[in-house]
Amino acid sequence: MRDLTERALDTATSLGARYADARVVRRLDESIAIKTGRVEGVASNETEGVGVRVLVDGAWGFASSNVLGPAEADRIAGEAVRIARASATALREPAVLDDRPPAYGHYETPIDEDPFDVPLDRKIADLLAADQAAARVKGIAFTESLYAAQREWKTFAATDGSFTEQTITHVGSAVEANAVDGDEHQRRSYPDSGGGWQAAGYEYIRSLDLATRAEPLADEAVALLSAPQCPSGRFTIVLDPSQLYLQVHESCGHPTELDRVFGTEASYAGTSFLTTDKLTEGFRYGSDLVTIVADATAPGGMGTFGWDDEGVTAQAVPLVQNGTFVGYLSSRETAPRIGRSSGGAMRADGWNRIPLIRMTNINLLPQPGMSLDDIVADTDDGLYLASNRSWSIDDRRLNFQFATEVAYEIKGGKKGRLFKNPTYTGITYEFWRSCDAVGDERSYVMLGTPNCGKGEPSQTGHVGHAVPGARFRDVQVGVGKW
Amino acid sequence: MVSVTGGDTAVNDERANDALELAGRAVAEAMRDGATEAEALVMAEDASLTRFANSQIHQNVAETNMTVNLRVVIGKRVGVASSGRTDREGLRRLAENATAIARVVEELEDWPGLPGPTAVEAVTGAYASATAEASPEVRAAGVRQVIGAADEAGVTAYGSFSSGKETTAVANSAGVRVGGTRTVAQLLTVSMGPDGGSGYAEGAAVDIDDIDAAGIGREAAGKARATANAVAIDAGDYPVVLEEYAVVDLLDMLGYLGFSALAVQEERSFVEIGKRIGSDLVSIVDDGHDPAGLPMAFDYEGVAKQRVPLLEGGVCRGVVYDSQTAARDGKRSTGHGLPAPNPWGPFPLNMVMAPGSQSREDLIAGLDRGLLVTRFHYTNPVHPKLAIITGMTRDGTFLVEDGRIVGPVRNLRFTQSYLDALACTVGIARDRKTLKGFLGGVVVPAIRLEGWTFTGTTEH
Repeated sequence: MRDLTERALDTATSLGARYADARVVRRLDESIAIKTGRVEGVASNETEGVGVRVLVDGAWGFASSNVLGPAEADRIAGEAVRIARASATALREPAVLDDRPPAYGHYETPIDEDPFDVPLDRKIADLLAADQAAARVKGIAFTESLYAAQREWKTFAATDGSFTEQTITHVGSAVEANAVDGDEHQRRSYPDSGGGWQAAGYEYIRSLDLATRAEPLADEAVALLSAPQCPSGRFTIVLDPSQLYLQVHESCGHPTELDRVFGTEASYAGTSFLTTDKLTEGFRYGSDLVTIVADATAPGGMGTFGWDDEGVTAQAVPLVQNGTFVGYLSSRETAPRIGRSSGGAMRADGWNRIPLIRMTNINLLPQPGMSLDDIVADTDDGLYLASNRSWSIDDRRLNFQFATEVAYEIKGGKKGRLFKNPTYTGITYEFWRSCDAVGDERSYVMLGTPNCGKGEPSQTGHVGHAVPGARFRDVQVGVGKW
Repeated sequence: MVSVTGGDTAVNDERANDALELAGRAVAEAMRDGATEAEALVMAEDASLTRFANSQIHQNVAETNMTVNLRVVIGKRVGVASSGRTDREGLRRLAENATAIARVVEELEDWPGLPGPTAVEAVTGAYASATAEASPEVRAAGVRQVIGAADEAGVTAYGSFSSGKETTAVANSAGVRVGGTRTVAQLLTVSMGPDGGSGYAEGAAVDIDDIDAAGIGREAAGKARATANAVAIDAGDYPVVLEEYAVVDLLDMLGYLGFSALAVQEERSFVEIGKRIGSDLVSIVDDGHDPAGLPMAFDYEGVAKQRVPLLEGGVCRGVVYDSQTAARDGKRSTGHGLPAPNPWGPFPLNMVMAPGSQSREDLIAGLDRGLLVTRFHYTNPVHPKLAIITGMTRDGTFLVEDGRIVGPVRNLRFTQSYLDALACTVGIARDRKTLKGFLGGVVVPAIRLEGWTFTGTTEH
């Protein structure tokens, strides 16, 4: 690949690029989808191509192609330069990149059991066993089960001499049971509604033990049909990791993306309430128990890599330290604007997309002292919410509303009866300030999502979130009418 | 070969011919490998997008891509593989991969077989050479017009201007051979003012020359000025006028949650044929041939698109089918299949809402005390079967009293059944916009509703 990347970079430079980088990416995906015991789809997808990003007189251009070869490398390098010159006709502040040492080396996701070497019929049988265990439960209308694996071989080269090669492997799986009665449709899923995902091999899929977990899950979906509606009002809530990871994702991960702060995502996903003055003033984001870090080195996280897609070394960047807002996810272009160096968060969704600031692994660190069970035992009156069902947050990441698949009443320190259709809502910083208990290592688990959307044209990111359970006081539950 | 490209190009679509020839070779490879049936879907795309923020271009990209999606059937066992490699060795490997999958999966007892040929009619107005050939300079010129409008209004412009052509070809062992090329351009912008105001405008068209960049820029900039210093109001139930950008979300969500045969078969849809769910003003059809939309002649199984009435006068009339869901119900596919494998079922990709008789001003004049909503943000189902959705307002929410706009208000969260919204629709505008939703091109008017439930507030 070095010949190809050098050819593209040389062409771009000769045509006037002051900086250029090229990425050759080959991606292999495999997926199994099962519905109610029926293998609906087994698919394999392979895509390969090259993308060239150039900076000409402070303006950006990017072109990409699925055709690999010297002539096409010349064509897209030339097209990228032409596009950059068109960008320059509507440019007010030329882009400036921070300095970073050239990047060299190789990185590979550590795995024990290569998911692409496990026979396909074995993987189908494993998933089918879990799906059928759920589908057999009386009252289940349909089940959906998923397995997916992705491997990406990525070569990065830049005009500063950087050259890195990475092989990244992600796997995920889920089982979901659906019960329907009239207008009521209830769902329970495991490990969470989007599935359990890690940068790992098939050993992670085995560790989920889907087949054992499926039947009680399905029982609970059926029980929810006749469960009372979750009450509305102000409540103490305890969030299971299967919900808390998405709370972290939406209300901390996205608002700490520095490109959003500078408005470059404004027309699509919006901006952020965490403006740069809040960094300077030491904004109180949460309670003293809240420490959140963007850690691209965390084992098993889908945001773990050797270098980001600008050639910046993977690192751990504090975002919130004991409740105080202290940092952003950043890039070589945005970090200098707040007097810092890139935190290495530029990630691209394949060869045909530019890198954007993306979450790596946004982790809520555990606090010593209380297990999740201890937190429940310490709660006199409240609700325990698990597994996300829907999510929504405003365009500055302040007002959020989440629904979960299930709520359990907590009375006298014990989990009791089920409630259906729970929702809770709040303002981000008020919510995190109300956190008065964070679980310790015993509930700390690496989860993540493979479908984080951002950018135009759209990009789908794989991001990780390691979280324990946690408790929040005086939270609005329900919306009153429904 | 059936070429279905219309518009200003010749019927002889070389690009579609090439894609169809490639699809045919992929099918042949699969049949040589022992398939009893095979289908190849070729999708070739040249797409470009110029993005702007802070009144300057900050991202500007182009992509050339081609994918072959091969569905191989052995008896009743189905395997799917896809690849970007189109040379002989690539197709051979692709066929091997798909066949290897088909050999190990379980039989689908109700496998209906691949669909046969249907009468695919050419759609008019699906292709425009100006869009297909739009250069980065053309898009930059449009962006400068938007920025110019923002500058004049003293606000800042953000947005994107995209253009592209996509060729789709389907060949299968049952005799389907169909291909065509479509073009789509879209310009959207958010303007933001110094006093917290923001406005939105968008246009989508087959022909990039039909996009009025300056007009879109002025609409968003004007609204950004008009929403400066918005005041807080309490959440609660309000009558509303939803502009076209908000109505898109109603159609998208209803299409996603209910107007699909699979959703009905799985008992998770709100649709019961013959049941009234909307007021008699509401009619929605899926029509891939409507030139007001972003036309498509056939689906991703190569089946001709049928016009499917979904709601007529508020009454459920139909859902869309692909070949699998149609076979289960003893019907024929309506041409709404997605690329295989497809556990999500068919979707309406060309929804059109019937116009009413009122002007936008008439709709607003009908509000004694209510809200005018420009668009929604980050909507998500809370209760799918009841189509209860939560989301935020964004980029222009106004209080209306005695039929007149009295001023901007801060954004609100809603938690609202979209079915109830259809039921309380009391006014529909005669003018409609062509927009891009998440399910494809939609044609929508503004509408007035007797009630909408807002459940929360925010700080801007």
